[in-house]
Amino acid sequence: MTDTIDLRPGFADPVIEAQNVFRLVLDAMARPGRIATIPESLQPPSPLSVGAAAICLALADHDTPIWLAPEFRTPSAIAFLKFHCGCPIVDVPANAAFAIANGATVPALDQFAIGDDAWPETSTTVIVQLDDLAVGDGLVLSGPGIETTHRLNARGLRVDVWGEWRANQGLFPCGVDLILVAGNRIAALPRTTTVSEN
Amino acid sequence: MTTVIPHPNASVATSAAPAGLAGYNFAYLDEQTKRMIRRALLKAVAIPGYQVPFGSREMPLPYGWGTGGIQVTAAVIGPDDVLKVIDQGADDTTNAVSIRRFFAKTAGVATTDRTVDATVIQTRHRIPEVPLTENQILVYQVPIPEPLRQLEPREAETRKMHALEEYGVMHVSLYEDIAKFGRITRSYNYPVRVNGRYVMAPSPIPKFDNPKMDRMPALQLFGAGREKRIYAVPPYTDVKSLDFEDHPFEIETWEEDCSLCGAQDSYLDEVIVDDKGTKMYVCSDSDYCRERREAGHQGDGGPK
Ligand SMILES: [Zn+2]
Repeated sequence: MTDTIDLRPGFADPVIEAQNVFRLVLDAMARPGRIATIPESLQPPSPLSVGAAAICLALADHDTPIWLAPEFRTPSAIAFLKFHCGCPIVDVPANAAFAIANGATVPALDQFAIGDDAWPETSTTVIVQLDDLAVGDGLVLSGPGIETTHRLNARGLRVDVWGEWRANQGLFPCGVDLILVAGNRIAALPRTTTVSEN
Repeated sequence: MTTVIPHPNASVATSAAPAGLAGYNFAYLDEQTKRMIRRALLKAVAIPGYQVPFGSREMPLPYGWGTGGIQVTAAVIGPDDVLKVIDQGADDTTNAVSIRRFFAKTAGVATTDRTVDATVIQTRHRIPEVPLTENQILVYQVPIPEPLRQLEPREAETRKMHALEEYGVMHVSLYEDIAKFGRITRSYNYPVRVNGRYVMAPSPIPKFDNPKMDRMPALQLFGAGREKRIYAVPPYTDVKSLDFEDHPFEIETWEEDCSLCGAQDSYLDEVIVDDKGTKMYVCSDSDYCRERREAGHQGDGGPK
């Protein structure tokens, strides 16, 4: 037995890689349902995906509490986030700026911070890890950032999430924003995106 | 009196070079500040037209020189970007030149004055005439981000008005114009409604440029340094100028064409060419004008 924690390295070139990852997330948020591919430069501790880890390294710090779903609360994952981001890990999803969960078990979306009408930006950005993410059949997305419609196949999300998503949309300007992640592929769903299952 | 027409014939593009300002981080800002601005930008995109507060930093240029736009550009730009900076449509004004040099030095990015070659365009007072594409980001320098500020000086009140979507006071103010002058007199910073929700200040661009914001394929980002606000319009998002059924929004038109390139569709600046006050009209977008002339278009050369 040992107490040694496997602390994986962060970005090799933090300034340039953080900028690159941010631009990919910005583009994903600006064009909901478009898939961005994050370079495979990280080897984060399981169960953190390359995409989720890179987003945290690019955007999280001591000002952004992170909530982790129970399966992500491994000593190595916590050590990785605390060491490289310096972010507090919180127990309550509603206190989190970022949250990481699996698609099959993500809490009801109303458990996260939704912001308030005067300060709607204070809502949680929920990073949801999936089995697979592909352009094509599946969800039909529309709204700001989308010229007509985007199609997205998001495998591994519990089915009742889209009902919660419609309720989330009804809260506008409040509401959570989602970043879907499968490995190093990411797609974002800001609160403005209308999702219909086809 | 000599004629001065600010339309360079030579391009001012520069290539990417290693960032060479010793002692400064890439693009000047420290990483913690960039992260904070980046998070604000993502929320701004998710809530189109809403002003997100951010902790603005002191920049090595005074307010009024576009410190908000510079901070947004610094948070966004990467080594592969090609930057264009315009001020009143021109790439060669002191303000535009300073900002372009600042990023060439601190980020080593390539710069250009050709709209079509740019990936990031920072602007003050104009939107380029050439339609922007999905591969471009337009960063606006904003002096006063709050469209309701002239009508309500208290920040707590305007924040409440946005939260409750109470924009009656803005409509009343525009309608008073119509009652007094028979038309809406504002020609710059003409308020818009974004995605049917937030009323937003487009920054002091001429209202001629407002329709370009509507469903623009490029991402539009706005930075106000002194007021510490960031806001955004995602691509393909509705941006409608406020108006009334009996007084629909209209843009400026000119009877003249551009004297240099003959353009009939661009925003024209009036230039006084002699001490008798003789006027000629030239494109405000100097790149557009030059590219048209390079393509063989000619104006009438102005007054003889
Ligand atoms: Zn011209």
